[in-house]
Amino acid sequence: MKTRYFTRLLGPEALAVALFIVFLFPFFIVLINSGKTPFEITQSPLTFPSDWAKIPQNMALIWTSPNVQYSSSFLSSVIITVVSLVLLNVLSSQAAWVLVRTKTRLSSGIFLMFVAAMVVPFQIVMFPLLSWFRELTVLTGIRLLRTYTGLILAYIGFGMSQCIFLFHGFIKSIPLEIEEAATIDGCRPAQTFYQIVFPILRPIHATVVVLNGIWIWNDYLLPLLILGKGNRVMTIPLAVSNFAGAYVKQWDLILTAILMAMIPIVVLFLVAQRSIIRGMVAGSIK
Amino acid sequence: MKRRRQHGAVFWLFLAPVLLAFLLVIVVPFFLGAYYSFTNWSATARAGETLKLIGLANYARILKDPSFLYSFLITAIYTVLNMIAINVASFGLAMLVTRALKGRNVYRASFFVPNLIGGLILGYIWQFIFNNAIPSIGTALGIAAWANPANLLLAKSTTALLAMVIVGTWQYAGYIMVIYVAALETIPHELIEASFIDGVSAWRRLRAITIPLTRQAFTVTLFLTLVNSFKQFDVNVSLTAGGPSAIFAGRPLYGTELLAMNIYNQGLRSNDMAGGQARAVVFFVVLVIVSVIQVALNKRREVEL
Repeated sequence: MKTRYFTRLLGPEALAVALFIVFLFPFFIVLINSGKTPFEITQSPLTFPSDWAKIPQNMALIWTSPNVQYSSSFLSSVIITVVSLVLLNVLSSQAAWVLVRTKTRLSSGIFLMFVAAMVVPFQIVMFPLLSWFRELTVLTGIRLLRTYTGLILAYIGFGMSQCIFLFHGFIKSIPLEIEEAATIDGCRPAQTFYQIVFPILRPIHATVVVLNGIWIWNDYLLPLLILGKGNRVMTIPLAVSNFAGAYVKQWDLILTAILMAMIPIVVLFLVAQRSIIRGMVAGSIK
Repeated sequence: MKRRRQHGAVFWLFLAPVLLAFLLVIVVPFFLGAYYSFTNWSATARAGETLKLIGLANYARILKDPSFLYSFLITAIYTVLNMIAINVASFGLAMLVTRALKGRNVYRASFFVPNLIGGLILGYIWQFIFNNAIPSIGTALGIAAWANPANLLLAKSTTALLAMVIVGTWQYAGYIMVIYVAALETIPHELIEASFIDGVSAWRRLRAITIPLTRQAFTVTLFLTLVNSFKQFDVNVSLTAGGPSAIFAGRPLYGTELLAMNIYNQGLRSNDMAGGQARAVVFFVVLVIVSVIQVALNKRREVEL
């Protein structure tokens, strides 16, 4: 048995290790160069830093620098991602539930409309969205451009179709008897949904959180348009691109900012690897 | 009794928030956009004030604009190259990690990681690698061609496009790999064993068993890679920013400006919102047509087991 492994799988195993190194090499480069001076970086981008303590020092510099606004951008990214995720989960699951449990033409028509919207690329709505949000602010007095409100509203609009689609598929498989029993016990419809159905949806909530969390956290174009450049409110990708644009060739600080942008996601991935891979793939196959 | 309450208060109450968001973010902008593409819309003019219908003039204009035609051309090239590179790489990776390797879970996870980081950030990382790390590796290994600054991939528009394909493949291969892995694991073991007993060559086993039985996965992966490559924006911004320049139809223009970036720049940099919007409409129509054709072609070739 042992010899069979060596003859048949040693080659593939070696290949896989080589690919493993190739795939992680870029991250390794970021890590080692975050701990160098600009001079060290241009002289020898491949060597280990002479002083590892420079990494936390550079990080502290980025975190507190008024030019990068990293700490406030981090907070903004957290707020935008968390609020959008909570709303997407609650609003699309309740919508999907009434769409599944109401068997009428209107109901399936609305569902089809949402599904059809999934093919609309962002590019075709982005310019009119800007002028339309401006008009809406004039009409309602609610500021949508350059604010959290507008960006979160946009994330709900662009994310909901897929979420409803995912919830819809799952709710269809929940036996109706459970809900009927609740109704007999005197539950009102809204109560039935929030107390009985909502907890059953946990696996899909997880998928929705993973799929949309990664998207919103990393997204660049939508915040760029809605929040704009030179705004006090920035997300991490906006902050990094601003900084990288303004400090061309200051690779020590740019790479440190990149390292810091990656840390939260990588930590999360190490903790919940399986559900993240499953969630991200399940979402787009359906 | 039940029939009358089908569209009761709860139905509308539960749907109202998403319907409102859908209306405000998708429906209204979509139709406004289609309308604006037939007008002289610009960012400074407020809607309703100076807006004039000018028919198909925007479309006629962009179809004669070298920058748009050039973007279309390189986006097509980029998309095809990216689709091939990603799918070949990820299918290979999937074949590798479905074998009984010792560290296969570690390999799967590490191939997947690039996908978790945003394209914008990946682009900056690779800009550093192409411009700084590669020449340094060249010097260390004594490969003069790599060390020569004139040979930097990002220095010429043709090779810069290739660099975007490399980054795109690295970013996306692990993700597509997971889809192929799921498909490969559904192939019945007996079929593979039978082919071993019959002494079938590895190449023939791939052509006659593995690929036909994973066709369904190919429909999905080709669709995903097509759409994502066609819409590429983030990596484009941070890796090349559209440069370096190239000459097309006798005019200098951005050498690696893919369609999504071309649309953005036309609307917001050149302040030609109507022109940008018309480009976006063409972009949308082409994307829909191409992806429908692709899915239809692939569906026909799927094999039922």
